Amino acid sequence: MLTMDKTKEMFIHVSRNMVESKDILTQADKAIGDGDHGIGMARGFEAVEKKLANQDYENLSDLLASIGMTLMGSIGGAAGAVFGTFFKGGAKNLKDQKFFDIKALSIMLQDGLQAVEERGKAKPGDKTMIDALEPAKMKSIEVSSQPLVDAIENMAEAARQGMENTKDMIATTGKAKTLGERSLGHPDPGAVSMYLILKFMHEYVLKVSK
Amino acid sequence: MKTSKKILNDPKNVVSELIEGLSAASHGKLIKIDDVNALIKSKLPSNKVGLLIGGGSGHEPLFPGFIGENMADGAAMGNVFAAPAPDIILAATKRLDQGNGVLYVYGNYAGDNMNFDIASEMALDENINVKTVRVWDDVASAPLDKISERRGIAGDLFVIKIAGAVSSVSADLEEAYRVTAKARDHVRSMGVAVSAGSIPETGEPTFELPDDEIEIGMGLHGEPGVSREKMMSADELVERMMTKIMDDLPFRKGDEVCLLINNLGSTTFMELLIVNRKVRQVLADASVTIYDTVIGSFCTCQEMAGFSITMMKVDDELKKYYDMPANSLAFVKS
Repeated sequence: MLTMDKTKEMFIHVSRNMVESKDILTQADKAIGDGDHGIGMARGFEAVEKKLANQDYENLSDLLASIGMTLMGSIGGAAGAVFGTFFKGGAKNLKDQKFFDIKALSIMLQDGLQAVEERGKAKPGDKTMIDALEPAKMKSIEVSSQPLVDAIENMAEAARQGMENTKDMIATTGKAKTLGERSLGHPDPGAVSMYLILKFMHEYVLKVSK
Repeated sequence: MKTSKKILNDPKNVVSELIEGLSAASHGKLIKIDDVNALIKSKLPSNKVGLLIGGGSGHEPLFPGFIGENMADGAAMGNVFAAPAPDIILAATKRLDQGNGVLYVYGNYAGDNMNFDIASEMALDENINVKTVRVWDDVASAPLDKISERRGIAGDLFVIKIAGAVSSVSADLEEAYRVTAKARDHVRSMGVAVSAGSIPETGEPTFELPDDEIEIGMGLHGEPGVSREKMMSADELVERMMTKIMDDLPFRKGDEVCLLINNLGSTTFMELLIVNRKVRQVLADASVTIYDTVIGSFCTCQEMAGFSITMMKVDDELKKYYDMPANSLAFVKS
């Protein structure tokens, strides 16, 4: 369980590392997209880090909505709409939540996933970030009784596997869709980002749990 | 990997700097909205439907070059190759609405669709009616039965031309939408590329293409097309492209079309003229009449070398709006 201050610190850690991942994401996007995913995510999480550093949050909903609006406004493009919607949607039912635990995370992923599916009209198997998010959401229910650090580790691993599975999928949405079978063998860049967000969340929780 | 040379300052500022340059070139007719990357007319004609266009930057003169008399009223601009965020679109929407609502016209891409949809929902919360026409003219990007999954490419120009004309004479959002959607439904395009453009911030090309190959169906962001072939003659290439475009609508004997030969970036005007020569022959053989010809750089992908062919089938109604004079930095019709 994390206090609101620690939760904010966790997302600052995520933000810094997402900025650091710019080149990895750019390379992933160049293989099947137009190569701007890394730049956009770096720009977005740079803005999130600044935003969080200058503001305190009373509850998890306000924090997540703030991250979502900042990403949406600063990334632009499909990635801004999708990841902005993910955090903003994930905030929906956490207004009374004043700490971060596995239950809250599970609710966040569930509502975030639903919001992304509605906005982007994509579903599992379409080779999108949903293919990393959905397995993590499923896993969050399975690991709900585990300590937070183990639960997030398992969820990040589920997201990683989901991301790996996108290599075997043919893109049906976004700029990669005209690639058809040529998109095979490459992971979806959005799925890579989704996995990295969970991985960096785990990194932070592991650090403070020691 | 070869990186390209560009005339830039800090690549992070390309969008705000291009807006500044464009606004300066308009001599006061176009102004930037404070704090967001959107450009609008400084004086809006009264009692009209607002016409807002937009999309990712890097395709200049699309979109901001098409703001002007009987053209668009404003453009919301995203970063290079990325849709504008909802707050940019909403800020422009609020400035353009005069009580008659605002028509959005933009290319059909997942990012644009989501961001413009989010903005239109926010606009509705503020009692501004919005109607949307997504341009999906690229025949190479999806089969006809999935036309709403196709990308928008240079056909944007003709759809914006018609939308600008109808929205300047009609104060009725539904009517502006109807005519604009009709124009969209009559437009077909296809592009090819022989070398890549590059993203200003990285300098790296958006795709790799061997020296002796051509990408058929290339997208406006360097997204891969439908196939890669060995280089071929201009005539052979045009014939293949025209077959695909003509069969799709289809364009038939007796039809009249507005024709656009669009440069994707660094192809020479000489090559465009050679392309146009063959296009005319193909259309003459098919007994299709050319109502008007437009040749030049309208929808580009940085220094990508390649071109696209666009045709809009026109009837009396579309001709009426097409013939109205238009005056924007990048497209003038007298």
